[in-house]
Amino acid sequence: MKTNDVILQTTTKFVFFIIFLFSIHIFFAGHYTPGGGFVGGLLTAGAIVLLLLAFDLKTVQKALPFNFTIVTAIGLLLSLGTAAGSIFFNVPFFTHAFDYFTLPLFGKTSLHTAMIFDAGVYLVVVGAAVTMIQTIGGDE
Amino acid sequence: MNFVLLIFLPIMAALFVPLLFRKLKDIHTGWFVLLVPVSLFIYYIGFIKTTMDGGHALSELQWIPSLGISFVSYIDGLSLLFTLLITGIGALVVLYSIFYLDKRKEKLNHFYVYLLIFMSAMLGVVQSDNVISLYLFWELTSISSFLLIGYWSTRDGSRFGALKSMMITVFGGLMMLGGFVLLGIMGDTFSIRELIANAPTFVGHEYFTLALVLVLLGAFTKSAQFPFHIWLPDAMEAPTPVSAYLHSATMVKAGLYLVARFTPIFAVSEVWIWLVAGIGLVTLFWGSFFAVKQTDLKAILAFSTVSQLGLIMSLLGAGALAYHSDDPFFKLATFAAIFHLINHATFKGSLFMIAGIVDHETGTRDIRKLGGLMSIMPVSFTVAFIGSMSMAGLPPFNGFLSKEMFLQSMLAIRHFELFNFATWGILFPVIAWIASVFTLVYSFYFVFKTFAGQQKSEPLPIKPHEAPVGMLVSPVILATLVVGIFFIPNLIGKWLVKPAVMAVQPDLYSHPSEVDVDVAAWHGFDAPELWMTVSLVGVGLVLFLTLKRWQKMYDIQPEYLSLNALYDSAMFVSEGGMNKLSRFYMTGLIRTYLIYMFAFIAAITAATLFIKEAFVVDMDSFSPINLYGVLTAIVLVVAVCMVLLAKTRLSAIIALGAVGYAVALFFVIFKAPDLALTQLVIETISVALFLLAFKHLPSLNNHGQTKRNKLGNLIIAAGVGITVTLVALSAHSQKLIPSISQYYKDTVATEAGGGNIVNVILVDYRGFDTLFEIAVLSIAGIAVIAMIRLKLSRKGESTDENK
Repeated sequence: MKTNDVILQTTTKFVFFIIFLFSIHIFFAGHYTPGGGFVGGLLTAGAIVLLLLAFDLKTVQKALPFNFTIVTAIGLLLSLGTAAGSIFFNVPFFTHAFDYFTLPLFGKTSLHTAMIFDAGVYLVVVGAAVTMIQTIGGDE
Repeated sequence: MNFVLLIFLPIMAALFVPLLFRKLKDIHTGWFVLLVPVSLFIYYIGFIKTTMDGGHALSELQWIPSLGISFVSYIDGLSLLFTLLITGIGALVVLYSIFYLDKRKEKLNHFYVYLLIFMSAMLGVVQSDNVISLYLFWELTSISSFLLIGYWSTRDGSRFGALKSMMITVFGGLMMLGGFVLLGIMGDTFSIRELIANAPTFVGHEYFTLALVLVLLGAFTKSAQFPFHIWLPDAMEAPTPVSAYLHSATMVKAGLYLVARFTPIFAVSEVWIWLVAGIGLVTLFWGSFFAVKQTDLKAILAFSTVSQLGLIMSLLGAGALAYHSDDPFFKLATFAAIFHLINHATFKGSLFMIAGIVDHETGTRDIRKLGGLMSIMPVSFTVAFIGSMSMAGLPPFNGFLSKEMFLQSMLAIRHFELFNFATWGILFPVIAWIASVFTLVYSFYFVFKTFAGQQKSEPLPIKPHEAPVGMLVSPVILATLVVGIFFIPNLIGKWLVKPAVMAVQPDLYSHPSEVDVDVAAWHGFDAPELWMTVSLVGVGLVLFLTLKRWQKMYDIQPEYLSLNALYDSAMFVSEGGMNKLSRFYMTGLIRTYLIYMFAFIAAITAATLFIKEAFVVDMDSFSPINLYGVLTAIVLVVAVCMVLLAKTRLSAIIALGAVGYAVALFFVIFKAPDLALTQLVIETISVALFLLAFKHLPSLNNHGQTKRNKLGNLIIAAGVGITVTLVALSAHSQKLIPSISQYYKDTVATEAGGGNIVNVILVDYRGFDTLFEIAVLSIAGIAVIAMIRLKLSRKGESTDENK
């Protein structure tokens, strides 16, 4: 699919980063305000879809040289690992832990294992969605 | 030490096999695998001292305590004997396989993984004190046996044999599980020891006989008893080390183990004695009779294994008589059973290995093409001779001793008075004698037709020569045992057999030394078993010498009247029937499946609503209608109508997008920002995906739908819509229990350290759901790749799942 839409392409170059940053924001904000790994991942996938619509598949693959199947696998392992990790502390499967720390720049911050789990969700959603889109879109 | 974990040692070792196979190509993987059974064998030998004193060792690993299921390693005389057989023969078989399987040509990584899984499973079967974990290991032996029989998976025979053994043994396994559950209900425990302790209360229980028959079905299918023996000859497609290990020395004896283990529970029953002794005797005769018909070396051994298993089975059945009579004669049977079990493992193991050597060095196992190998393969011949003579029950080999005891026990049955034995008991020694004659014939047939006489004029596929030394080590060790045990039977009896007998009959003995059996080769001229042996040797020799004249008699039985034909046609009919049944509703069209699903959802939900009278609407609980809501609803309805009326796919997709956005607006109006956000993004991505995939989709047509189809679809669609609305209204109008929302509000900050309940539910409260959902999402992603990128060839009908 070769397109040559200058306005779309130029806009996309900026918008992509805005959406991407927003998705990261939404991902981190998720524990307190609307958002989370699932929506964050979907937004990122949406941004990539936008890239795919504006440019062709090969350009996008060059710009984002990841194998998204592996991204999916990493995400799944991360989530499963977080859930299973609790076993080693002799608490039931899937017990989360959290605490509050004072970090430079951020001030008082909550660090939560749920965030690692959510990061896994994020990666799986991005990976699976983009895999599907690339596979279906790339099939000649 | 927590030795229950040792059961899992082989399986753990199996994890490293593929790695060793890849990385160390120059060393045969078998050498590493060999360490496992050898070290286990050495470790378990240490338990002999305990069991010789009538003691036992116990080690437990909790699995599902709430259901009373655990892994228990319970080592008494019986389980120790089997454990030593499994690890000892296992070590010899692995050693043998190193020379039998070429490290360059064979998939050793597969082979040894299966073999090690089997080893774990088998150890689990014989050591488990918990019937549920016993069942688990039991099925695992079936599965690993399936994999090993099908090891040369490109051969039709291997796959057929693998499936057949799986079908029959798993059928038996499931029956056995039923029996175990019934036992669990009767005794209120899954522990075998506790079941045995409670056994007196079972008699007369309504489940007792049923449980007995079900457990026996498991034992009979596994131990290839008539009429389930048909899987064993077909299992000979497996590589010979596997046949030697699984299908003669260990796995097929699991059924015998089961019968021995459950004797204290069931032996009081008349049904048990008749079934075990009777089926055993029939199998003994059937196997020995048909062994002479076979022309494949391994098939002869397979039928002889069937027959020998029947022999041990009938002895175990006869051993149960000891529960009904104090006559010391009946106590002999169990000892004979255990003793013959050991002897059989030694001589049959060596014979299988020789059959493998003959196959390996000449290229054929067809006895009609073989002959005169004696001078070329002297060591193999010697081992085969020793094994066969022991199998035939001749001195000075261990088989003679146990065979004499077998005949003695069968003769003793004549004197048993209860349960109609006075009338029918005479059959036992008669059939035993006939079967022993045939046993002698096939033993001679096996060894002399292969090794004696002249070489056939037709050249063999490979120029025969003696096997390499490494290959001969294992059979020679076994043959040495065959001879050695003949001279020290009472030592073996003291170390292994008597403790095992005590484990089988714990009520009768309190110490192994009380088992009053003294094995002797010579009982004097007036011993009836001596004359039985002499007469059967005479008759057997005559039959063997005239074999050519009467072997044709086997052809009288037409193929279509055999048990195999019955199995084949049963498989054929059930496969065909199932295919027809599933073709009837599996049309291969997503449309049809959606219709089924939606119709069922609508019908069942609506029916439940009205049967339970759950349909209640409370208008007061509804929120007030506002202008935005009305407008959005109008947009939604219009968009839905557009989807239905759209002439092209493109407009339908866009209209569907509008539906999604309208729903998102509803979420906004009703203050659900998380849902609104997700819905918006999902909608955007799915529309984009549709547009990307657009060119692959066929143009919109009605797929030959008639008006009647459409009406049906309309009814189903309307039904689903109405049902869902009704459910939503009723759910909102009545609250049987207080909403869980309050709990979330109370705990979200304190317990979960979060602020946004929706997200905390996703990652914490109901994290399991999310975990499974992302797993499903990943699977879906892989499925898309599989469907599109790999492009599975579309040959024949796409609806046929078998193709």
